[in-house]
Amino acid sequence: MGNTAMDKKMTGQPLPGLLNGDIIRLTLRAAMGRRRALLFALPAIILIGLSALLKAKANSPVWPPEVLGSVGYLILALTALIVGGSVLGAEIDDGSILHLLATPVSRRSVILSKYLVAVALTIAFAAVPEYIAGAIATGASSGLAVGLFVGALAGAVIYNALFLMLTAVFSPAQALAFGLLYVLLWEGLLASLVPGVGLLSAGHYSLAVANSIAHNAALHADLNVGTGIGMGLVVTVASLAFASVTLSGFNVAGDVT
Amino acid sequence: MTDIDLRGVSRWYGNVVAVNDISMTIGPGVTGLLGPNGAGKTTILNMMAGFLMPSRGQITVAGQSTWRNPGLFRQVGVVPERDSVYAFLTGAEFVGVSARLHGLADAGAAAQRAIDLVEMSDAQDRRISTYSKGMRQRIKVAAALVHDPEVLLLDEPFNGMDPRQRLHMMDLLHAQGGRGRVIVFSSHILEEVERLSGVIQVIVGGRLAASGDFRAIRRLMTNRPHVFLVHSSDDRALGAALIGRPAVSAVELTAHGLQVRASDYGTFTREVAGLSRDHGIRLRQVLPADESLESVFTYLLAS
Repeated sequence: MGNTAMDKKMTGQPLPGLLNGDIIRLTLRAAMGRRRALLFALPAIILIGLSALLKAKANSPVWPPEVLGSVGYLILALTALIVGGSVLGAEIDDGSILHLLATPVSRRSVILSKYLVAVALTIAFAAVPEYIAGAIATGASSGLAVGLFVGALAGAVIYNALFLMLTAVFSPAQALAFGLLYVLLWEGLLASLVPGVGLLSAGHYSLAVANSIAHNAALHADLNVGTGIGMGLVVTVASLAFASVTLSGFNVAGDVT
Repeated sequence: MTDIDLRGVSRWYGNVVAVNDISMTIGPGVTGLLGPNGAGKTTILNMMAGFLMPSRGQITVAGQSTWRNPGLFRQVGVVPERDSVYAFLTGAEFVGVSARLHGLADAGAAAQRAIDLVEMSDAQDRRISTYSKGMRQRIKVAAALVHDPEVLLLDEPFNGMDPRQRLHMMDLLHAQGGRGRVIVFSSHILEEVERLSGVIQVIVGGRLAASGDFRAIRRLMTNRPHVFLVHSSDDRALGAALIGRPAVSAVELTAHGLQVRASDYGTFTREVAGLSRDHGIRLRQVLPADESLESVFTYLLAS
């Protein structure tokens, strides 16, 4: 090989493109191939079962927004936590991420491809079941069912960006712990007790979107839809950007050998 | 010029210094990073690959920093030590993905060429989860070679390979090195590299302890003094026979058998079996007593 050709190759830039089909397919197969896939489906089945049970036992207009807004969106957050963590975390844990990183694919493309898979899986395993549960409770075309579904789509977009960023910054186990603390303590407890906390809650952004369609006070949406969407966008874009930067400075876990 | 250049490179984890002030230039051909486990070889290779930021100093490949530089992987191939591949893929799928992730124009042909090169075409359509450790190593090498890189970094590539596979891999690395590629591999087993030629860099305790030619090191290895524990059907008679050999400098009869100090490792291991047969003694055990890598490396360094 001549020097010119070699030099040209040596000064190569990362591959162009925002998304990479091979990484998307690989991530999807890895996520669905593991036994974790069963774990994704379990909360969804419980939610739909619960909705059917309540519908049969207590046919009142009170429980659907209360149960589907709180339990349903908790399941959404936890599903995103497991999915968003696993699309990157499992490969960091077992070291196979090095096979992706030892390529000229831009780190932004790695993050965005994995993010796309995480969002799609969260929609399949949390947003769609939320819609089915809402449809069972109040009818397929009811404002509540549609509102909760659209809110859950927003939630899938925001939560996954957040949890993917946590996984890129911390170790996968730490990211899971911080994510759990965020969902259960910050969003679950503090946001309902301390006014203003909802401004930094992905769950409240999602509820704001849901409420803009459902118009139901029992959803306890503290934010208006403009704030919800605006804050959601900021959190999503900032998280993905930070995750990309962090992954390009990825330090392989330090065994001293 | 495609050189790997390390200038005053150190890496520490908290208070633990893994790599301490290493400077070296690695040019075309095969270069081995040798040292006992924990010496810092993987840390050095990870820094060369841009998977780890040096705490101090600078590493360049062909004049470019390896840190935060994914474009460099157009010309660098990496075979990580950890046996972690996408085990649900077939070998052909895995190498094919690697070819496409490198943006190769004819990824299919490149993947097939790389698979043929490591002699894995018979097993290429089986899932990697069904592969032996040696086969996994080879398919990882195929994935790293698929874009015909100028620089190939391999961390413990001979792990899990049987002797035939090892020979084949060494031939492959030599062929690549002979074509002007920069091939760097790590190993903690000196015997593994017996058939390699080229340059070695000995890493001990995170420092560059010695550099040299393989042949010189090999000569030192086969001639090094060694202690063996030997057990036979008649230890006393065998001891008497052994002490008459020039390769043996001392024999001690102990409760657990003979402790033999050989002045020449290679000659002793060749002679002991024939000698016992000639005397009608049945050998039960020949165990190297001080085979710890540290002792071998310490000896090499002292020489």
